[in-house]
Amino acid sequence: MTQYRVLPGPEHFLPPSAASMGIRLPNPGEAHINGVIVPEEKAYEEAAKQFLMAKVPTLFPGPLVLWAWNEKAAKKATAIRHLYNTLKECVQPGQTPMLIPMPDYRPKYPKINPEVEINPNHPNLTIWHNKIDCCMFIGVHCHQANLSLKIIRGGTSCYTIAMCAQAGHEDAMLSFRDASVEKIMRLADAVKRLKGTVQPRLTSAKSGASN
Amino acid sequence: MADSHSVIGTKNKKGQTFTDTWTMMNDAPRTPSFFTGSEVIKEALRRASCDVMIAYPITPQSEAAALIGELFAEGYIGDYFRGESEFAVMSQCAGAAFGGARVFTTTAGPGTMRAMENFPMWSGARLPIQMIVTCRGINSPLSIQPDTLEIAYLLNTGMLVWHAETAQDFFDWILKGYMVSEEPDVHLPLALCCDGFFVTHTKDVVNLTPADMCLPPYDPYRSPVPCMDMECPPVRMMRDPFVMKSNYISYATHASWQQEVWAAVERSRKHTIKWINGLIETENTDAEVIIVSSGTAVSQGREAIRLLEDEGIRCGLVKIKSLRPWPGEEIREATKNAKHIIVPEFNVTGWLAKEIKATIPNSDRVNAGPRVCGGMTMPPEIIVSEIKNLLGMRSMSMAGRGG
Repeated sequence: MTQYRVLPGPEHFLPPSAASMGIRLPNPGEAHINGVIVPEEKAYEEAAKQFLMAKVPTLFPGPLVLWAWNEKAAKKATAIRHLYNTLKECVQPGQTPMLIPMPDYRPKYPKINPEVEINPNHPNLTIWHNKIDCCMFIGVHCHQANLSLKIIRGGTSCYTIAMCAQAGHEDAMLSFRDASVEKIMRLADAVKRLKGTVQPRLTSAKSGASN
Repeated sequence: MADSHSVIGTKNKKGQTFTDTWTMMNDAPRTPSFFTGSEVIKEALRRASCDVMIAYPITPQSEAAALIGELFAEGYIGDYFRGESEFAVMSQCAGAAFGGARVFTTTAGPGTMRAMENFPMWSGARLPIQMIVTCRGINSPLSIQPDTLEIAYLLNTGMLVWHAETAQDFFDWILKGYMVSEEPDVHLPLALCCDGFFVTHTKDVVNLTPADMCLPPYDPYRSPVPCMDMECPPVRMMRDPFVMKSNYISYATHASWQQEVWAAVERSRKHTIKWINGLIETENTDAEVIIVSSGTAVSQGREAIRLLEDEGIRCGLVKIKSLRPWPGEEIREATKNAKHIIVPEFNVTGWLAKEIKATIPNSDRVNAGPRVCGGMTMPPEIIVSEIKNLLGMRSMSMAGRGG
C-alpha cells in the first residue's frame, strides 16, 4: 500500500506520475480522492465542496464534448452547461466560476491566449493567468488529461478534478470514472445541496494559483 | 460511437459469433489439438477479429506470417500485405493503428532490431498493436537459432512485454493480450515473445477455443488519444510538437508524455493479473533454492527440479510471465525465503538476472545462470549441476562449463 498522496502542488520540478507512485485507479462505482479509493457518493460531496471553497472554480471541457459529434456528446455538453450555471448560482460574491474550453491539443506557440483556452502542453499558463484554484477536466482524451493534470500538480496549487468517461485519472486530486450525463447532473445536485454550507477561501492570504 | 458490447452475439462475415472475451477464454469448451507454435499463432488470429496483419519474412516467424496469409485468403483478416522491410512493416502497423484498426504483426531477431525505432514511437503514440517476437540470435556472425537477447532491448520501449513458455501460453495470450492492450487506461503495444524454434517449430497439445467464436472488435473511440487527428501529436510528429521547440515548456511536456506512457504500463498491471492469472506462477516457494526464469528456460527448470527431487533436493520455481509490467513485488514475496535464486537464461548477458537483482533484497542470493546462447540447448543437467555446486555438493563435470 503506497503512502503517496495526490495533493495540490506545486509538487516538484518534474513530479512523478501518480501511477508510478503506486496510486491505482478506481473500479466501477468508485472514485478516488487524493489517490485513496472511495465510494463514488463521497466524491460528489468532496468535489462540490472543493468547487464551493474555490475563488475561481473552473470547468475545462475538452474536444469530446465541445462538438455534437454524437448524441451523447451533445447531451453531456448540455449537462456541463447546467453544472456551470449551477456553480454561478451557488457561489458567494467574490467567487468567479469560469468555463474555459480545451478545444484541441495542438502545441501553440509562442503562447496561447490563457483567457480563452487551456492547452494540455502548457495548462499551467491558463491556471496562473486566471488564478484558478479548483478545476475539473471533462471530455478531454485520457492521455492529454493526464499530461495536463500532472503539469498542473507540478507547478501550481490548483485542486484538480477529473470527470473521466473511461477509467479515471490518478494524476487528479479527485477523479470520477465512467462519466455520464447522470453523473454530471448528480455533481450539480451536490453543489446545490451544499450551497451556503461551505466557507469560501476568499479571505485567505494565499491565492490559489501560486507557482 | 461504436460500442463493442453491442455486437456480442452477432456474427461476422465468416459466421463466427462475436463473444464476450472472458466467456470465450474461460467458459467455452476447449478442443485439444496437436499443433506447432506457428500453427497456434494462426489459430489464435483466426479468433482475434484482427483488421490488419503486416508481414515480412524472417526466420523463425516466417511460417506464422505465411499461415496468417492463408487466413486472409479465407477472409478472417481485414487486410494483409508484405512490407518492404521490418522497419517499413512496423511503420505501416502504426499507420493502420492510427487509423483505428486492430493490428497484428510478427518478427524475430535482426528484424526486431531493424524495426526498433518504431517501438517507442508505438508506445508514445499509445497504439495497441500486438507484435509476436519469436526470439533468435541478433549478432554477427549470423544465427537463426533461439536466443532471447532481443527481449532486453524491448524492455525500455514502453511496450508491454510478455514471455510465453508454451504454445498454450501463446494461444491464450494472443487473444487476452488484446484485452489488456486495448484498455483505455493502458492502450499500449504488446510484444508477445517466445523462444524461436523451441516454441514455434515444435508440436504440442494446445486446447483451442471454438473456431466459431471470436473476440469483439476493437473500439478506437475508447483510445486515450484522438484517432487519426492529423493536426495533433502523436499523429502530427514533426512540425509543431515538442521536438522542434527549445524551451522549458516543450521539454516539460515531453517529459510528462514519457511519464504517462510508463504510467500506462503500471496501469496494465491489474488488467494483466486478471487476464493471465497473475504476473508470475510459483511452486514450492518455501524451498531454500528457487529457480526464477521466463520462456522455455522455465520448462528446463521444471525438468531440473524433477531430477533434483530424485536426489532428495527440494527446489521451488517462479515462472515470470510478464516482463513489462515487471512483477517486482511478486518476485520479492516469492523469493523471500530463498537462500539461492537460480536464473537460467537463453542469452549471453543475463538480462533477467540483472532485473531480478535490482528487485530483491540481498541480491547476492542471485546466481546469474546457467546461461546458453547462439542456439545452444540448455540440458536440465546443467541447471542441476549449478544448484548442486551452490549447495556444496559434488556434481558431474559439464562440458563447456569448466568444472
